[in-house]
Amino acid sequence: MQIGLEQYLTVSFLLFALGLLGVVMRRNLMVIYMSLEMMLNAANLALVAFSRFNDKLDGQVVVFFIITVAAAEVAVGLALIVALYRRHRSAHVEDLTSLKF
Amino acid sequence: MPLAAAGIITLFTLHFKTISSFISIGAILAGFVLTIVFISANGWQPAAGQGYGGQPVPAGESICQWLSADGLNIDFGIKLDPLSLMMMLIVTGVGGAIHVYSRGYMADDTGMSRFFAELSLFTFSMLGIVMANNFIEMFIFWELVGVSSYLLIGFWFEKPSAGDAAKKAFIVNRLGDFGFLLGILMIWQWLGTLNFSGLQGPEALGPYATIAGLLIFCGAVGKSAQFPLHVWLPDAMEGPTPVSALIHAATMVAAGVYMLCRIFIVLNPPALEVVAYIGGFTALLAAVIAVQQNDIKRIIAYSTLSQLGYMVMSVGLNGRTPAMFHLTTHAFFKALLFLSAGSVIIGLHHEQDIWKMGGLKRKMPITFWTFLVGGLALSAIWPFSGFYSKDSILGNALARHDFEGSLLFAVGVFVAALTTFYIFRLFFVVFCGKEKSETASHAHESPIVMTGPLVILAIFAFVGGLIGVEGVYNRIFMPHPGGLETSASFASELFGPFARSPLASGLGTLAFIIGLGCAYALYAKADKDPLPEKLGGLATAMKNKFYFDEIYEATFVRAHDFIAAVCDGIDRWVVEGFCIGSIRGGADLTGRALRFLQTGNLQTYAFLFVIGVAVALYVILK
Amino acid sequence: MDLQNILFYVFSALTLGCGVLVIANPFSRNPVTSAMFLVLTIISMAGLFVLLHAFFLAAVQILVYAGAVIVLFLFVIMLLDLKAEALRRVRIYGLVAGVVSVGAILSIFLKSLGSTLFSTESPPAPEGGPAELGKLLFTNYVLPFEVVSVLLLVAMIGVILLSKRNLD
Repeated sequence: MQIGLEQYLTVSFLLFALGLLGVVMRRNLMVIYMSLEMMLNAANLALVAFSRFNDKLDGQVVVFFIITVAAAEVAVGLALIVALYRRHRSAHVEDLTSLKF
Repeated sequence: MPLAAAGIITLFTLHFKTISSFISIGAILAGFVLTIVFISANGWQPAAGQGYGGQPVPAGESICQWLSADGLNIDFGIKLDPLSLMMMLIVTGVGGAIHVYSRGYMADDTGMSRFFAELSLFTFSMLGIVMANNFIEMFIFWELVGVSSYLLIGFWFEKPSAGDAAKKAFIVNRLGDFGFLLGILMIWQWLGTLNFSGLQGPEALGPYATIAGLLIFCGAVGKSAQFPLHVWLPDAMEGPTPVSALIHAATMVAAGVYMLCRIFIVLNPPALEVVAYIGGFTALLAAVIAVQQNDIKRIIAYSTLSQLGYMVMSVGLNGRTPAMFHLTTHAFFKALLFLSAGSVIIGLHHEQDIWKMGGLKRKMPITFWTFLVGGLALSAIWPFSGFYSKDSILGNALARHDFEGSLLFAVGVFVAALTTFYIFRLFFVVFCGKEKSETASHAHESPIVMTGPLVILAIFAFVGGLIGVEGVYNRIFMPHPGGLETSASFASELFGPFARSPLASGLGTLAFIIGLGCAYALYAKADKDPLPEKLGGLATAMKNKFYFDEIYEATFVRAHDFIAAVCDGIDRWVVEGFCIGSIRGGADLTGRALRFLQTGNLQTYAFLFVIGVAVALYVILK
Repeated sequence: MDLQNILFYVFSALTLGCGVLVIANPFSRNPVTSAMFLVLTIISMAGLFVLLHAFFLAAVQILVYAGAVIVLFLFVIMLLDLKAEALRRVRIYGLVAGVVSVGAILSIFLKSLGSTLFSTESPPAPEGGPAELGKLLFTNYVLPFEVVSVLLLVAMIGVILLSKRNLD
């Protein structure tokens, strides 16, 4: 079967779904964050696939930027997690209840 | 002018008793003088050229356009025809006397200024009714009179019984006015106009003529205290005696009869029959009750009821002249009676039970004589004025030569006998015999400011029948050349009734003699009332006003309270509980539910975030 | 079968399998294992990129993502000495929320798939070498390029601030 755009998009979607599940279901902060990265990766894949099948390179440039931004975001996020851990002594997401009513 | 007086008193002089009284008296006397001037200048029936009274678009009538909606044109106007002029004379004349009298009666009452202000307001409203030229204007003043009477009856408002009586008067009046208003609406519907000059006969009213007429009559029933709306009049005695005199003797109750005469054209025979029977029945009922009352003012109040019944009955029997005539004379002698009673009450320091009085003939001679004159006038003995008027009524009834007339004639005669009986019962117990209590022996005569008006009214009560009042009314109501002119000689006028209808006057005189005889026999030397033993249960029933009040209380008042309670329940439970409660609970629940969204749980936020994005995309991609 | 197709299936299977293992490892709930499997996922994705002729990006992915980002993750895990996640009871709420959210995205995906037409032949695609990318990057996308560099600067400053123990 010819590998077309749909197949790549399906893969991308499945990866995204997995990341989403991880974010919503896991309790460990780090795992949640990693699932978040997985979602970003899925988006990258979709963009590259589009770029390939539409005969443009713009998609790849965007992916370039996304990777950069993702790296920056990871750095900042991890710094936040470190600060939180210092506060609460736990990396469990249910212990973060300051915003509770 | 009385309105100005009322306004001035209320605003400025509430604390100066003397000045207030003078302002009020001055206003009403000025009105009286003006009326006389007007009459003497223009005559009773102003000439057609002058443009007052009976012309199609009379110049003196429409003063200003008050309300103009589509199809409804209400003008404010003044109608100055003989009927209204006569009434004005009565109102200002008798009212003036009463105003002067009140100065003495209320001398030591702290609220005197307020009293005079309310008196002036009342006079203003009464004059308004008399001068109104269309239904709406009359209705406005009708209600104003009701309000003023409410104020006056409840004048001593510290007494709870006074307040209740005032409320009762007003509410019962309102019941009558409701019917009145319905009648007005019907008239407007069919005749298209509300002016009195535009009233036509019952043929123009179509099939509902009877009902329309009867509804308007309801207003008279309420205001003039006919059965079944008569229950407010006796309780209205809670007010000061001058109030009783003014309102119930001379003016307010007479307004009903005046109104009936005004709108007489729209009443067709069936309506007239009802009117006559109600009038007759009221007269009978009131007289019977009066026989057993022990409060001096209540006796006179019931006699008012009875006389009003006479007047209404007369209107129903197609005799407007006798009715208005009797109204005039009744104004004189009833006011006289009330004021004399007031003099007695003041003399005995506000004692009102007749069994505590007695032997006042020696102590208060002027009052004695004026009361005697009034009593004789009421009993309709020749040559007092009451004789002529009541005799006219009876004669008119007899002249119809039909069943209704004869029946009511018999009723009238019987009531005349009862009238004599109870008034002389009162007279003997109060004035003759020996003193029955301490206060009676200390009684003293009243000051001149009170006895003066008494004497004036007594004179009128005496001669009222002879001064051509009847002639004036005849000219109003029966303007055919063969009608009664002013007689050539005084003597023929004096004995006129005997000549015209000997049966009526003869029976009337006979009734008087019978009544007087019985009264004398029973009461001249009595120490306490001998009738209860003789009549037993009937006497008790009479004393208790035939339990009318109690019946009304049990039925209407209870029903009304029940409905009010139901409404209250609805308001409290359904509206407040259900509607407001549901809103309140709903808001509360929503708040609680939404509170759970603020979990602080990171993953919940993420989840909601995703859902939001999905929804947004869905909408965009649709 | 085409080699490309086979490779596609292999790489996608790898990606998805490792993705599953990132989030739901039945053997160990240690975050370190999750990190390891994330690395494998990223490498498989790089393979997919190569299949899509995005060579430069594949290299960048391995260098930046697998090299720097994951290393950072592991660094922080080790720093904080995170233990294995204690097994608290699996909340139904989380399960339901996850399923619902995935379902929502799935519906969007299917909807968008169903409403577009795809051409079956693949056009001649440009090669994604560094020269071509660079040409595009420095002409059309210069502004985002500069902005991203500022963003990196900001991120660095933020990180430094956030990790101070006590602020003066």
